[in-house]
Amino acid sequence: MDELVVVISMVGATLRVATPLILAALGGLYAERSGVVDIGLEGKMLGAAFAAAAVAAVSGSALVGLAAAIAVSVALALIHAYASVTHNGNQVVSGMAINIMVAGLAPTLGVAWFHQGGQTPMLKDDARFAPIALPFSRELADVPLLGPLYAEVISGHNLLVYLAVAAVPATAWVVFCTRFGLRLRAVGENPHAVDTAGVSVVWLRYRAMILCGVLCGIAGAYLSTAHSAAFVRDMTAGKGYLALAALIFGKWMPWPTFLACLLFAFTDALQVRLQGVDLFLVGVVPVQFIQAIPYLLTVLLLAGFVGKAAAPRASAIPFVKDR
Amino acid sequence: MSAASPTALPRWVDVVALPAVNLLAAFLLSGLVVVAIGEDPFQAMGLLVTGAFGNAESIGYTLYYATNFIFTGLAVAIAFHAGLFNIGGEGQAYIGGLGVGLVCLWLGDLPAVLVVPLAILTGAAFGAAWAAVPAYLQAYRGSHIVITTIMFNFIAASVMTYLMVNVLIRPSQQSPESREFATAATLPRLHEIADAVGLEITASPLNLAFLWALICAALFHVFLWRTRWGYEIRAVGANETAAIYAGISPARIIILAMAISGALAGFVALNELMGVHHRIILNFTGGYGFVGIAVALIGRNRPLGICLAALLFGALYQGGSELSFDMPNVTRELVVVIQGLVILFCGALENLFRGRIAAYFQRPATAGAVS
Amino acid sequence: MSEARNQSTAPAVELVGIDKWFGAVHANRAVSLSIASGSIHGIIGENGAGKSTLMSILYGYYRADAGEIRIAGKPVEIKDSHAALAHGIGMVHQHFMLVDPFTVLENITLGVEGGFLLAPGAAKARAALERLQRDYKLDVDLDARVGELPVGSQQRVEILKALYRGAQVLILDEPTGVLTPQEADHLFRILRALRDEGKTVILITHKLREILDVTDRVTVMRQGAVVAERRTADTSKEELAELMVGRKVLLRVDKKPAKPGDVVLAVDRLTVTDANGVRRVKEASFVVRSGEIVGIAGVSGNGQSELLAALSGIRRPSAGTIRLKGREISATHALDPAAMRRIGLAHVPEDRQRMGLVTAFAINESAILGYQGDPRYNGSVLMDRDKIVDLCGRQMSDYDVRPSDPRLRTAALSGGNQQKVVLAREFDRDPDLLLVGQPTRGVDIGAIEFIHRRLIAMRDAGKAVLLVSVELDEILSLSDRILVMFDGRIVGEVNPEEATERRLGLMMAGIAEQAA
Repeated sequence: MDELVVVISMVGATLRVATPLILAALGGLYAERSGVVDIGLEGKMLGAAFAAAAVAAVSGSALVGLAAAIAVSVALALIHAYASVTHNGNQVVSGMAINIMVAGLAPTLGVAWFHQGGQTPMLKDDARFAPIALPFSRELADVPLLGPLYAEVISGHNLLVYLAVAAVPATAWVVFCTRFGLRLRAVGENPHAVDTAGVSVVWLRYRAMILCGVLCGIAGAYLSTAHSAAFVRDMTAGKGYLALAALIFGKWMPWPTFLACLLFAFTDALQVRLQGVDLFLVGVVPVQFIQAIPYLLTVLLLAGFVGKAAAPRASAIPFVKDR
Repeated sequence: MSAASPTALPRWVDVVALPAVNLLAAFLLSGLVVVAIGEDPFQAMGLLVTGAFGNAESIGYTLYYATNFIFTGLAVAIAFHAGLFNIGGEGQAYIGGLGVGLVCLWLGDLPAVLVVPLAILTGAAFGAAWAAVPAYLQAYRGSHIVITTIMFNFIAASVMTYLMVNVLIRPSQQSPESREFATAATLPRLHEIADAVGLEITASPLNLAFLWALICAALFHVFLWRTRWGYEIRAVGANETAAIYAGISPARIIILAMAISGALAGFVALNELMGVHHRIILNFTGGYGFVGIAVALIGRNRPLGICLAALLFGALYQGGSELSFDMPNVTRELVVVIQGLVILFCGALENLFRGRIAAYFQRPATAGAVS
Repeated sequence: MSEARNQSTAPAVELVGIDKWFGAVHANRAVSLSIASGSIHGIIGENGAGKSTLMSILYGYYRADAGEIRIAGKPVEIKDSHAALAHGIGMVHQHFMLVDPFTVLENITLGVEGGFLLAPGAAKARAALERLQRDYKLDVDLDARVGELPVGSQQRVEILKALYRGAQVLILDEPTGVLTPQEADHLFRILRALRDEGKTVILITHKLREILDVTDRVTVMRQGAVVAERRTADTSKEELAELMVGRKVLLRVDKKPAKPGDVVLAVDRLTVTDANGVRRVKEASFVVRSGEIVGIAGVSGNGQSELLAALSGIRRPSAGTIRLKGREISATHALDPAAMRRIGLAHVPEDRQRMGLVTAFAINESAILGYQGDPRYNGSVLMDRDKIVDLCGRQMSDYDVRPSDPRLRTAALSGGNQQKVVLAREFDRDPDLLLVGQPTRGVDIGAIEFIHRRLIAMRDAGKAVLLVSVELDEILSLSDRILVMFDGRIVGEVNPEEATERRLGLMMAGIAEQAA
């Protein structure tokens, strides 16, 4: 029974760590499927996390904070689109610029506005996204196996976790079942085919970037107003890059990307669990090794040693209309 | 990576005027940020300049920061010349530091004339090796080097944390740092050298690594423009088809350019570990690898330009930290904002003003070309 | 017959006085053309005759500088491909505009999905497409992935795409370039079916056989202008070949008879495959001796580029052997371009900007491309830049390159002067074999003469020269022997004394030697 409790709490923890990864990776999915490489997921998330916490602190409302987070993240996504789609700029340089700019801007504004060394004020509970207890979770808690499962894994998360999980089928549906999705996939593979079919390449890519901004915005808001109760410096700590790795590991497909996010988040939960534990035959596994697993896996995948990941073919290539 | 310029502009416009305009745009926006946090941008500018150049100590600090940026700027630039984008400078510097540190810890008893060159070589070798893996994967397995170098930054951080916490940590010490290097394994600071010849200079972390950075910049120039290997690197970066026609193997060049890039990044450790900290510490790279991108972009990938851009960023870093003392609302991160804006305008949005400036120069240019 | 049936109605497409300039190039000169509804109309001409430009104007890719387009008698403005589609004009591009990982159905409905959700639109589209497929014999599996289909099927997808969008006029740009003869026959059956159902087909090609096989009328273009229009039934391949190639004044070059010596290059059943696995050179065999110029005539795209790539070491042969000065090169014993140069090969590539020069480099740097390791200016570590600049300066004055400053950027030179830099570099190394591709493409008249004299001088100095050119004049005036290349094969050898442009033109168009 003890093991079961451990496993269940680890699954719950995994889901909580995975939430921002899922949201950001799905955001990246829209961008990259449209042929725009976005290494700026990190910056968008960080900017959104700051905006959410700052606005929630001032307004006292988590939802207003969420709106601000989305607005900031979309604005950053539009800067990326303006540089890389309108002006055919280098997409990697642009993403990098956004990451660095936000990494400076968030603490700069934080210090100036809140005078707490770059942090935002601690949010009161009603300015945060509170856990939602699903019906009967308490009543069923005593039912063996299913009870704890329901209470710990399915119930008791905040709105944004459910939103992240719902975003996976929603994205799959949009990408594979709608007109927009068809065009989105086409423009990332061969923008000339889309152009000769009479569809605007630029507008498609802008819409993809806006969706990316919205999802990264939610991811950021989750970090500062749901998972934590304030913004702290470098809050994203590489999660944007990890989401990018998950997207690649998921081969730019919604469900595999979701699973990759869970896998990467699980390594995080595992590392807490395995700290100093002597495993049979293996000995003590260094925490740092477990931390590096997602990155190692991604490199191995890119090198073609673990399956094969082929990016959308028009990735990072500016669309220049000539023959 | 470096797209051929769509319109040929007079050289001075390309090399001086355009970067200046882009830089100006970045600084204007930075000024707006200063306004947004409720300070006077002109006063901030003044404080920043005095903070960076006001006295011997501040100049020393400025040059000390610039040393790091010369190394990382050159590292990014040589990859750029081969048509590659190396975002992994941070990780390469970190692993390079491991090489430098190991030599200094184990061989610190040797005389300085042996330890210092050995440390330079080992740091270069470690940095180069760390960059060569993504390069190999790009050259022979087609793995996108931008993503793999990002991943290698994180892997480097994990490796170093593990080593610092478990292996290199000084016994009976809580914070993860190594024991101190022997004196022979440190680089003398400028004021110490001045002291030895009887001059008095205010103490600052500026050390001999600065000289090595300048030497590297000069060697960079010689290598790229005066040797056949440099020629081959530039040929692959500018026109891969022509390079293949010329019998140059792009795969080999990718690995060569990245190895040199990694070696240059590894030299950050000379300045930081041998020059200042005198031990291996966690996170000594402090984002300098990323600043290299901005430095290379403004410096147009040329050594002289990179040195000047490194000086600019050195001044921003030093002036920025002084500024944060004088203006309560300003933090050191303001410099990071400026850095991001510079990368945005000088890199991603470099075409923003090009069209307009080109239109201005087009008429007289075409009239003159027909002869 | 079908043409007669439709003669009463207004022409499907009329182009009136179309003019188009690209910089200094006059791509279309006052082109007027009328295409009858319900006919297959061929437009034939050499590469660069302006046919593709004309069709791109009709499809809205380019705007004409002057002239008018009329569709079914009414003047229209076509500002982009969207507008062209709206006027019932569809185009099958030479390079297909398809999304490889998509299914056929997805490719066809892209842009006309028929609603926010894909599924209902797709069901309707499937029904409509099955009807189209039956009507026009356009058999292709709608659920197959396009990237996995052979090119012939991909082309049918493009045709279906146009028809599904309601195209009444279908433009096909060099549609058989990528097809096997069987696939081409299949295509022609489809085109006839389209015509018989009242569609109008415009076929752009440089292949005479296709024109005669499938068209009702044919327009011949040369140097941007229409030079003739014929009823296909009233013309012959001989007449068309003559009209297409034209009777340009030959630039005769004074030259003494060749004194061929030993065999320098011997090619034996050489086969070269491109990156997509398509065989581009098929079992070519020939020799080149010292002191002779062997010209390879052919319409561009018939394997000449791949032949040069294999001979110069850029591309590994897939079968057969190349023997250069006794050294054998084959699929298993390939040499890279640097090794080939060391044996004694020099190569003037067909495309100087893409391959022959680094335009971002200074001229003196471009002048050592391929010879960057030459000990003349390489020390153990450093290059002697002064020596390179001196060498380049000497070459530039020898070859009369202007402006003559070796430190300028290569891009600052005109096309002719860039070409002289390449020639000087390659000729200056005292090679035994010279591969020369399109030496005068985009070069002004004065430079052409100069370059021709230099080539003859190299021959007279005892070099073996292999010349590839799509300019017949050039081949005829320079070569001591002429090989004709068609569809990857050497289809014949001609003595230039006995060769006429007409005879060569027929061979280049794939009409057997005996037929001429």
